[in-house]
Amino acid sequence: MSENPLSRRELLRNLGISAALAAPGARLVSAQVAQHVHEAVAQEKTAAPKGEYTPKCFTEHEFKTLQRLADLIIPADQHSPGAVQAGAAEWIDYMASNSPELAQIFTGGFGWLDHHMQQHHGVDFIEAKPEQQTAILDVIAYPKNETPENTPGIHFFGWARNLVTDAYYTSPIGIKELGYMGNSAVSEFHVPEEALRYALKRSPFA
Amino acid sequence: MFQIQRSPEVHDVVVIGSGAGGGTVVKVLTDLGINVTLLEAGPMLNPVKDFKEHVWPYQVDHRGVGPHAEEYFGKSPWAFGYFAAPNGYWNVPGEPYTVAPDSRFRWFRSRIIGGRTNHYGRISLRFSDYDFKPYSFDGLGTDWPVSYEEMSPYYDKAEEFIGVTGTHEGLRTAPDGKFLPPIAPRVHETLIQKACQKLNLPCIPSRMAMLTKPLHGRAACHYCGQCGRGCQTASAFTSSQAMIFPAMKTGKLRIITGAMARELVTDDSGRVTAVSYVEKATRTEKQIRCRAAVVAASACESARLLLNSKSSRFPNGLANGSGMVGRNLTDTTGYDLSGFVPALAGLPRHNCDGIGGMHVYIPWWLLDDRKKDFPRGYHIEVGGGFDMPQIGFAHGEEGYGSALKSKIREQYGAWVGFSGRGEMIPNANSYCEIDPTTVDQWGIPVLRFHFRWSEHESKQVRHMHDTFAAIIEAMGGKPEKKDFPERGVDAVSIGGEIIHEAGTVRMHDDPKQGPLNRWCQAHDVNNLFVADAAPFLGNPDKNVTLSIVALAWRTAEHLAEEMRKGNV
Repeated sequence: MSENPLSRRELLRNLGISAALAAPGARLVSAQVAQHVHEAVAQEKTAAPKGEYTPKCFTEHEFKTLQRLADLIIPADQHSPGAVQAGAAEWIDYMASNSPELAQIFTGGFGWLDHHMQQHHGVDFIEAKPEQQTAILDVIAYPKNETPENTPGIHFFGWARNLVTDAYYTSPIGIKELGYMGNSAVSEFHVPEEALRYALKRSPFA
Repeated sequence: MFQIQRSPEVHDVVVIGSGAGGGTVVKVLTDLGINVTLLEAGPMLNPVKDFKEHVWPYQVDHRGVGPHAEEYFGKSPWAFGYFAAPNGYWNVPGEPYTVAPDSRFRWFRSRIIGGRTNHYGRISLRFSDYDFKPYSFDGLGTDWPVSYEEMSPYYDKAEEFIGVTGTHEGLRTAPDGKFLPPIAPRVHETLIQKACQKLNLPCIPSRMAMLTKPLHGRAACHYCGQCGRGCQTASAFTSSQAMIFPAMKTGKLRIITGAMARELVTDDSGRVTAVSYVEKATRTEKQIRCRAAVVAASACESARLLLNSKSSRFPNGLANGSGMVGRNLTDTTGYDLSGFVPALAGLPRHNCDGIGGMHVYIPWWLLDDRKKDFPRGYHIEVGGGFDMPQIGFAHGEEGYGSALKSKIREQYGAWVGFSGRGEMIPNANSYCEIDPTTVDQWGIPVLRFHFRWSEHESKQVRHMHDTFAAIIEAMGGKPEKKDFPERGVDAVSIGGEIIHEAGTVRMHDDPKQGPLNRWCQAHDVNNLFVADAAPFLGNPDKNVTLSIVALAWRTAEHLAEEMRKGNV
C-alpha cells in the first residue's frame, strides 16, 4: 500500500463525494478503488504496536485467571492459534475497564472459581492442576448442570465463553480460523463449483 | 412560550420527511423544475463519516459491543448493531410514545436525511393486482381507489430509477418488473431451491434494490454484502444518495435539517399556508409559508402531525373529517426459524458476501388454496452463508476447548434461516391516536398506540413455522425450535417490529371513508398531500418501500400538474 498516493482518509473522502454529489451520468467509483479502501483500512490496523500489556481493570492475579480461562475455552491447536494469542484477555480487560457491570461479573466469577478451588483442592484456580481446572469446567460449561452450588459458576462461565469467543472470532486470528474470505470489493459474484458439488453430494438431492 | 419566527417568503412545496416517500417527491418535483424545501427532523447524512462499510470488527476498540459494553446489557442505542448505517431507534431520547395497556407495539423512528432507506433490507416487491382490491378478492379489508394497472407504470419508473434485481417469472403473487440482472444463488440458497422444488414452492431470484449494473451515475455493486452498513458507492439504493444529494445539485432544493414539524397551519379557506416546526438546535419555533405541503414523515408520524394540526375549522385534526386519521394501522407479520444443515458442514471456504441479503426468495404460493385457515399470505426471506463473524457469533454454545472450537469451525456457514413476512388484515383494535397526557421534549403531543393481531395472523404464522420446518427438513437439516404450538399470537413479531407501518391516513374515493383522494391529496385540504405508507389501504406480503416510491412518484407528478394548472 505504500506506493498508493492516496491515504485512507482521502480515498474515503473521494468515494463519499463522488457517491454523494456526482451528477447523473458520471461514473462514480470502480471496484478497484473500493478495494483500495478495504486494504488501506486493514493496513492501518495491523500497524498497531504490540507490547507488554498492563491490565486496566483486573489485578495481575485476575488477569492471569482470565488468560487461563481464555486458553481453556479456545485453545491453540493444529489448525490455528487460540484465544490467548488473539488477545482475548486484553480485550475483555479493556471492555471491563469501561463497564462496571462487566467488571463485576468477571471479578465475581474469578472469586467464585478461586473459592471453589480452595474449598476442593486448597489452591486458587490458576494454581490448580490442569485436570482439576478442566474438572470444574466440565461442570460449569453446561447449563444442564445447574445446582444451587454450581449456578453462579455456570452463569459466569456463560459470560466468559461469550466474551472469549467474541474476542476470538472478531480478531484477525479467529476470522482466519473460520476461513471467512469476504469483506472485499469484487467485480463479479461467483460461487465456486467445488463448494456447490461438496454440498450437493452430502445433501438429500445428491 | 416561544416567539414564533415567520418567514416572509412563500416556498413552493414543503416536503416533511426525507425517506423513501419524501426523497421520491423531492426527486420528481425538482426534476420538473419546482422549488422544494425539505424539512428533516434529523441531521444531514454524511456517508463518509456515518457509514461503517468495510470496517472489520477488530478495527474498532469495542468490536461493536459499544464503548461501555452496551450490547451486552440491552442498552445499545443501535437498533441493528454498531456497524449498521445510521438507522434510528426504537427509543428516541426526548421523543416518547405510549402504548395502551392491552396492546404491544414498538415504534421505530429514523431521524436523518434518507430516513430508514439508509439501512433497510431493500427487498423490492410490487404489490399484486388483488392487493389493490382486497375486499373484492376475499371480502376482507377495503379496496384501493387505485388499481394495479394504474400503478404499474409508476412501478416501472421506480424500478428503473432505483435499480432492482430480478427475473421474469409470470407469477400473479410476484408481478414482474423492469429488472436488473439477478445474482447467482449461494450454495445454501441452491439447496433451499432444491428443497422448495421438492415441496412445490416457488423459490426465485430475489428482487433487491442493489445495482448489478451501473445505473444513473451510481456504480455497480462490489459485492461486499454490507448494504446494511450503508454503501460508499451508492450501489445500494438510499433516498439520501440516489435522490436527495443529486437534487441538491439542481439548485431547486433547500434542506432544513434538525427541524421537527409541530403542525400545519391553515387559513379560513382550509388551505395549508405554512408549516410550523421546532428548530432543534435553538429550541425555537419557526414557520415557513408554502403553496403546498407534502407530508412524508412515515405512516405514524404523518398521522401524528395531522392530528396535532387542530384549528376551529379542523377540530379533530387536519384532513380528519372522516375520523380515519390514525386508524387502520398495520405492520407486517414476522416469524423466524433457523436450522442446522449437515450437508453444509465443513463447506469449502469461499467469499459468499454477494449483495447484502438474500439472492433468492419464496413468494406466496397458495393464492388459490381455499382450504387453508387464514386469509392472504406471506413471502419467505432466506438467510445463511459465511457471514463476517461479529459479536454474538458463538453465543448460546455449550462446552469449551478443542471440541467447542472444532464445532464452531465445522458449523460455520451451515445454518440456514427463514423469515416469514406476511400480510396483516386491518382491524378495529389497531390504531394510533394522540395521547392526551404526554408531550415530547418540545411540547408536541405524542402518539398512543393500540395494536392487536387477530387470529388471521396467528394462524398465518403457524403456517410459516410448519413450512420453514418442512424446508429445513427437506434439506436434511434440523429446525432449532419446536415450541411453537403453545404460543398463539405471541409467536408473531410485536406490532411495529418489522417496521412496515402503513394505513394511518388512507385513500378512499368517499371522503367519509378516508382522508385522502386517489391522488393522496386530502379531500378537505387541496394543497395537502401524503407521500409515505400512510395512504395505503392494506399491507400486502410484499414490503412497503417500492410501493411507497411508486405511489409517491405518482403523487408528485399529480401535484406538479395541479400546480401547473393553477389548481394548487
